[in-house]
Amino acid sequence: MSAPTLDRPAAPDEAALQAQFDATIAADHRIEPRDWMPEAYRSGLVRQIAQHAHSEIIGMQPEGDWLLAAPSLRRKAILLAKVQDEAGHGMYLYSAAETLGADRADLTDKLIERKQKYSSIFNYPTLTYADVGVIGWLVDGAAICNQVPLCRSSYGPYARAMIRVCKEESFHQRQGYELLMTMMRGTDAQRAMVQDAVDRWWAPSLMMFGPPDDDSPNSAQSMKWGVKRHSNDELRQRFVDMTVPQAEVLGVTLPDPELALDPATGRYRFGAIDWTEFKQVIAGKGPCNDERIARRRAARDDNAWVTEAATAYAGKHSR
Amino acid sequence: MHEETVYEALDHAHGGEGQWAFGTGFDEPLAGVDTTVPAGIDPADLGAYCLMLGDDALVLCQRLTQWVTAAPELEEEVALANCGLDLLGQARLLLARAGSVGVLGRSRALATDSIPDEDALAYFRDADEFRNSLLVEAPNGDFGQTVVRLLVASTWRLALFARLRGSRDPVLAAIAAKGVPELTYHRDHAARWVLRLGDGTPESHRRTQAGVDAVWPLLADLFTATDVETRLTAAGVAVDPADVRDEVRDVLTTVLERATLTVPGWPEEQPSRGRAGRHGPELTALLADLQGLAREHPAATW
Repeated sequence: MSAPTLDRPAAPDEAALQAQFDATIAADHRIEPRDWMPEAYRSGLVRQIAQHAHSEIIGMQPEGDWLLAAPSLRRKAILLAKVQDEAGHGMYLYSAAETLGADRADLTDKLIERKQKYSSIFNYPTLTYADVGVIGWLVDGAAICNQVPLCRSSYGPYARAMIRVCKEESFHQRQGYELLMTMMRGTDAQRAMVQDAVDRWWAPSLMMFGPPDDDSPNSAQSMKWGVKRHSNDELRQRFVDMTVPQAEVLGVTLPDPELALDPATGRYRFGAIDWTEFKQVIAGKGPCNDERIARRRAARDDNAWVTEAATAYAGKHSR
Repeated sequence: MHEETVYEALDHAHGGEGQWAFGTGFDEPLAGVDTTVPAGIDPADLGAYCLMLGDDALVLCQRLTQWVTAAPELEEEVALANCGLDLLGQARLLLARAGSVGVLGRSRALATDSIPDEDALAYFRDADEFRNSLLVEAPNGDFGQTVVRLLVASTWRLALFARLRGSRDPVLAAIAAKGVPELTYHRDHAARWVLRLGDGTPESHRRTQAGVDAVWPLLADLFTATDVETRLTAAGVAVDPADVRDEVRDVLTTVLERATLTVPGWPEEQPSRGRAGRHGPELTALLADLQGLAREHPAATW
């Protein structure tokens, strides 16, 4: 980008470009695709956005497993629309990554080859239909806490994609909560299903905010660059504070004996998180890691002939 | 957008407001439509006809949904899910219509009162009570066979729905009017894929021709009217399926020839097995997936 050409004035030197970039960040303005940016900013963003896009796509699977079996036609319609939204989010996010020079097919390959990660939460199985509701309420709720600040990310295309994503996630969260409300008003078996799902998803939801601040290697630089706006622990606390009253209205118990309101701060204290489990799941040893990746691999490999055909057809008919 | 605003919306305790889940701002498809059964129409016939069209949509929706997380491209995950959602919407209206005129078969013996008619019919009938054509219950096969089946099914259904817009039953007419633009999109989407695959690579041509050859015999199940269809056609409510045969054949022939595929000979038409409730084991398996959870908790509300 900075190579001088004959018909343009020589590009300003790197120090000047860096100064301009720093000034844009300091003024809380947006960096746009054609702007100069430090390589580490670009590659860090590609990593983060790709990870986010992969999470949307892998995240279609745990809920998608209930699409054929949704217990009413209304629930089937809601779930189908939701899973479709997630595919849409994946597409916006891959497009945002492509504005940074990445290529969707290449990012997909990296996902399948396990060179890039996705949110560890999607490596847990969905055992009952209550899991669909709890994913909406807790997992999408946690995702919203993480993602709302990204609507102010310093990188323009990412920030703009996140506004739409957050609006839809917020809708999904309400739908999940509404399902749980309906189930809690249903039979004893349904209430037991909801409590069981909450028991299983609560801790993994807290882990969605990432490692504690003193063990989060990429955070400091991301904060400095305005890619990230709040620390992991801050966002986790915000999520807990938001969720506890919702759990009370719902009538479920969050599985943490240490969970209690701190009268001094008005915030909820909660018990220690099992980071060993988190690290194992991230390392690919969660209950469903292999299955999740295998599904994406099959979608790519079993249908490679379709993509080849579309390319061949376009070649024949564009001339 | 201020992040604080979003948090505020989320912080709000959402107790007891069951209405979000279906969203707001959607048009009620049957708003203002007179749901009285027109004079001279046997409600049992009308309900049976709604089941035929509703079951076609429900079963094909289930088949298309099987592609979600397995499609060749993300765009295709969205597109096939979208076709499935449209069909699900049609199915819900048609099953609800069947229920509203009292056609519920044996479903009410199993479903509790709190379960709406559309769910009683979808979840608490056995395979022999389903009235879908054999075309929609056949397994997907590969992506080529899937888009060939979608082309055939949407061409056929679009031809029926275009005519049903003039049905004497105002509910059927309204459902058809809503469905026509949806099915036009499905047919277009499927036709574009058949062109790409038929005229793509040697492998895609071979696979798609195999898909055509696998789907084609199922056309035999589509064009012979049942007694119900004959009576309702005479009464101006239904469409005789034989009346759409030429249009379906012309559209399919045009697309397949343009796609450099061979159009097989027209199969020998027979009285519809699917419409008579005589289905293959594939439908039983499909219904086991669809109905298992709902039947496990017949007293539950979802």
